[in-house]
Amino acid sequence: MHLYLPIAGLSVNALVIVLLGGAVGVLSGMFGVGGGFLTTPLLIFYGVPPAVAVASSATQITGASVSGLIAHSRRQGVDFRMGTVLVMGGAVGSLLGGFLFRVLQKTGQIDTIIGLLYVALLGWIGLGMARESARAVVARRDGRSPPPITTKRHRKWIAALPMRWRFYGAGLYISPLAPFLLGFVAGLLTVLMGVGGGFILVPAMLYLFGVSARVVVGTSLFQGLFVTATTTLVHALTTHAVDLVLAGLLLIGSVTGAQIGSSLVQKVRPERARMMLSLIVLTVAIRMALGLTWRPDAIYTLQLL
Amino acid sequence: MRLAAHCGTAANRALPRLSRLPPLLACLPLLLGAAEPKLVPDVSDTQVDIAYSFTGANLLLFGAILYPGGRPPAPGTDVAVVIKGPSEPLLVREKAKVAGIWINHASERFRSVPSFYAVATSRPLGQLVSPRTAAIYEIGIGNLLLSPANSASAGERARFEQGLIDLKRRSGLYAEHVGAVSVREGVLYRALVPIPARVPVGSYTAETYLIRNGRIVAAATRQIGIGKSGFERFVATAAERYPLFYGLSAIALSLLLGWLAALGFGRVRR
Repeated sequence: MHLYLPIAGLSVNALVIVLLGGAVGVLSGMFGVGGGFLTTPLLIFYGVPPAVAVASSATQITGASVSGLIAHSRRQGVDFRMGTVLVMGGAVGSLLGGFLFRVLQKTGQIDTIIGLLYVALLGWIGLGMARESARAVVARRDGRSPPPITTKRHRKWIAALPMRWRFYGAGLYISPLAPFLLGFVAGLLTVLMGVGGGFILVPAMLYLFGVSARVVVGTSLFQGLFVTATTTLVHALTTHAVDLVLAGLLLIGSVTGAQIGSSLVQKVRPERARMMLSLIVLTVAIRMALGLTWRPDAIYTLQLL
Repeated sequence: MRLAAHCGTAANRALPRLSRLPPLLACLPLLLGAAEPKLVPDVSDTQVDIAYSFTGANLLLFGAILYPGGRPPAPGTDVAVVIKGPSEPLLVREKAKVAGIWINHASERFRSVPSFYAVATSRPLGQLVSPRTAAIYEIGIGNLLLSPANSASAGERARFEQGLIDLKRRSGLYAEHVGAVSVREGVLYRALVPIPARVPVGSYTAETYLIRNGRIVAAATRQIGIGKSGFERFVATAAERYPLFYGLSAIALSLLLGWLAALGFGRVRR
């Protein structure tokens, strides 16, 4: 069944888009990442203009986040205090991101910036997670209990920040500036890359802050919900690139997929889940890196003046 | 009034310069004399609506050739139909490998690039008219006047033009349909031109040229409007005119769907 996308200005197979949303939804339900880092390139590959792909996948992540967040808050798996601080940082970050996006669009280097950011970030996070989860899997196989995720529970630079708050859900007593900065970076990247920030937040909370694993996914989804909602609004106001029909199709798939994914992940050991996520992230990073260095399909690109 | 003035001055000038200006095509038959045949063109749709199920359309352009004095049609009558979308200024960027990475390194502005261009002919273009005539009337993709704005050299300009045309061809927005026009008994012609799904909206022109012995003997123009309709039009206008309301609706939609999914699956599990 073909449907015309009014903002993207092309006709797509509705079933393909719903299935794409569903697959990404399963991943986000399992691993607590938004999945925009998969949706955006796949949509661009399908022929959707990059700006529309970035903006509409942000809308999709909002829906997937709500879907997952409700499930997690039923199990007390959300630290709302930390989530709120992350959201505040995210709000500032996404506003600056919207401004940066326009500046970069004018200079014509947005593709390269997005590509480089993707590769650097995904590669770094993917490698780190792969190494950590592989150790945990090996330890479990040898009959030992997996080593704790963070060896340094309190990193020096985090401890050095002024003013400390108690985050009960996360089991931390740290300065709110640390999650604020993390939220800021996540918000900035969300606007620039159409990534829900989850795949930066989850590893950062786990490995940098040492947040209790029970609340990591839920808290990341809470933050992602607000940041992607803001991102949608910023895109609607500045680039006019949110395609409601495209977002709706993706949403139908992803909110359903998120529920399926969140029940699937209960059957998988956490370190195996982390390893699967790291492999997915690395695959995307390698694909993007090849895309940057291989001769592109189109040497020339057009932009309306 | 203006048209008459144009025709008067144009008679003194060289024909090629005159015919580069599309409105002046209308006074062409005056210059060519009354003995030449006349075109009566029509089109299947003067308004193409893009709705939710739009996957492209086929435009049927047809018409009759009227010969003065009932003179029997001479053999060797050919027809070319040119459909042009609204022109827009474009920036073409060229990628190059810098330090192992492909980045945009050079660009060229084009002041008026037809957003859509399709030509249908009854015979291969090279056999129809001389290259000079084809260039004057912009018949054929290679003959489009794209008005580059800031090129350094002719070679560079040609490179960018080629890149632009190649991109447009790949997305189906520029096309040549050789043999898509059939002429029956020298008096009736019909052409079927496909319009792809990702066609830009706006006001289109369909120019029909009657060609005999390599010469254009008659020309006629029809307007075609292509626009979004119904829900698609509503969404596109809302996104442009009420961005705040539009953005809030998008957020509301995602919250609603996410909540519904959680609700639905929560019920199933219990």
